[in-house]
Amino acid sequence: MTSAMPTLAVWKFASCDGCQLSLLDCEDELLAVAGRVRVAHFLEASRAVLPGPYDVSLVEGSITTPDDAERIRRVREVSRTLVTIGACATAGGIQALRDNADVAEFASVVYAHPEYIATLATSTPIAAHVDVDYELHGCPVDRRQLLEVLGALLIGRKPNIPAHSVCFECKQRHNVCVVVAHGTPCLGPVTRAGCGALCPAVSRGCYGCFGPAETPNYAALESVPGSVFLEVTRRKEQS
Amino acid sequence: MTHRGERILDVRALARVEGEGAMHVRVRGDRVDDVRLEIYEPPRFFEAFLRGRRYTEPPDITARICGICPVAYQMSACAAIEDACGIEVGGPIGELRRLLYCGEWIESHTLHIYLLHAPDFLGYPSALELAKDRRDLVERGLALKKTGNDLLELLGGRAIHPVNVRVGGFYRAPAPRELAPMRERLRVALDQALVTVEWVAGFDFPDFTHDHELLALTVPGRYAIETGDVVTTGGLRFGVREFEEHVLEEQVPHSTALHARLAGRGRYLTGPAARYTLNHDQLSPIARQAAAAAGLGADCRNPYRSVVVRAIEIVYAVDEAIRLIDAYEPPVRPAEEVPPRAGAGRGATEAPRGVLFHRYELDADGLVRTARIVPPTSQNQAAIEDDLTRFVGERLHLVDERLTADCEQAIRNYDPCISCATHFLDLSIDRG
Repeated sequence: MTSAMPTLAVWKFASCDGCQLSLLDCEDELLAVAGRVRVAHFLEASRAVLPGPYDVSLVEGSITTPDDAERIRRVREVSRTLVTIGACATAGGIQALRDNADVAEFASVVYAHPEYIATLATSTPIAAHVDVDYELHGCPVDRRQLLEVLGALLIGRKPNIPAHSVCFECKQRHNVCVVVAHGTPCLGPVTRAGCGALCPAVSRGCYGCFGPAETPNYAALESVPGSVFLEVTRRKEQS
Repeated sequence: MTHRGERILDVRALARVEGEGAMHVRVRGDRVDDVRLEIYEPPRFFEAFLRGRRYTEPPDITARICGICPVAYQMSACAAIEDACGIEVGGPIGELRRLLYCGEWIESHTLHIYLLHAPDFLGYPSALELAKDRRDLVERGLALKKTGNDLLELLGGRAIHPVNVRVGGFYRAPAPRELAPMRERLRVALDQALVTVEWVAGFDFPDFTHDHELLALTVPGRYAIETGDVVTTGGLRFGVREFEEHVLEEQVPHSTALHARLAGRGRYLTGPAARYTLNHDQLSPIARQAAAAAGLGADCRNPYRSVVVRAIEIVYAVDEAIRLIDAYEPPVRPAEEVPPRAGAGRGATEAPRGVLFHRYELDADGLVRTARIVPPTSQNQAAIEDDLTRFVGERLHLVDERLTADCEQAIRNYDPCISCATHFLDLSIDRG
């Protein structure tokens, strides 16, 4: 009976742990999920590690070291379905700020002995290294989306993950538009939905945790008074 | 594996800790020769890429250091930047910050007790396995954890990497009526927390004590969380602005790991046991009673009992959250104005795992010139390794598998957060 249950593995690369924590944050559903899948490899939650292959692998984090570039290939080999979770795994994450900088200089600022540090010049998403079956965006991922993906994979249907912008969610939530009403710069029009329009709900402009929507219209955003691009232009002029 | 009486214990990937670390113990004859808590998480260079960012950005950026304690990062970052800008944020905004922080203590401590640590005491590989036999226990933990998360969501907009925190305060302050349903939830959580104390107090604790100097923040009249001066059991007392004069970091030979120590004194320990030992008089009456009933005395020097202290701190955080909601008056503005100025600022708060220190240097335009972050786990690393050395030395008669498992449990006593620590472990080793 239990041997017939699909197996779930959770893997971590360069990240903050927050996306895999989102799974443990599904307080109402965690035990139900654990009753439907066999948690075969989830170090944050369990010492018990079962050998692969695994039916579903959730991968958190980006690739920033030569070792990890190798490790993700091994993870791919033992994973039937590989789902990347979060901004690090899908886009390189905040540590990709190194990509436009000199990583050797970064290391020398941070480390007294940069020669000890084995690091790549870039922080790259998982899809730059191996085939990825599904991507869940967000910093962190939204746990309802995480459950949607797990549930869909369990019953063998395609996960329903929206690709439209945060603006849709803002309207659904009856938020006042922070751009139109307050002139607050907001990335919502070009950012992928999924969070539930959290920032505008607290009178803050969206800062783009979920990355670009599928067909963002940057040109239109640029013409909006108070747009984030005006803010960027202003900052460039200042510096 | 061994030659001439050499014995190696290796755990290549520690389970049920936050982040990725390894343990390496080498025994020669009857002597523990080498103990290392190794960190192999890749560096992410936060302190490097913070340079040149606007002074308003570190709360959101540094939250991404740790998904388990993002509020701690946000609060220490805000405190340091406000210090640099010469603005003191207190009053209702300060109380709201404390309320948010209570949510993180509840969530993080409950996660550690129920999902990471208790399985060790009860002989299970995970809480999911424990749930197969004792679903009621795990459900209670998840319910308590959820209340902490829901408090974080109520005030922060999101539990992991809250969106409502900014330098100066919040983007939006809740109306009192929005907090009322949470108060009812917290009443239930208080009972769950008290039962949790009773439950963990009944665990079997190995006989083991340490003599580390303990370090915590302290503030008059309340259990220090979001602000305070630094005190130690050795009688040291200094303001957060003097932190770097007292806390030095050194490199250990053959290791990239950085060990913090107190100038002229040595290793020390920060975290729940330190807070309890130094500040237990300031716990609320109900938390003090629970501590007494659980058999905690005036100090906590058995690291295994830290699980009891965490449970006591959950009781306190729930009780304090109720008090803060009852006393809540919305601030006139959700955030104080914080105009930038050139200068350096320092901030420290009590993350669930101990004191988290930030320092930022800003230029006149409000751009970050330098940043420095000292998280609790890197401060505790020397003490953890010292404990492991003694711990193994007293248990050499055990077979490797059992001894290794016991060492893992001993490490989990400190709830190490390697996601936090790794990125800083070597970073301030003699920067010259």
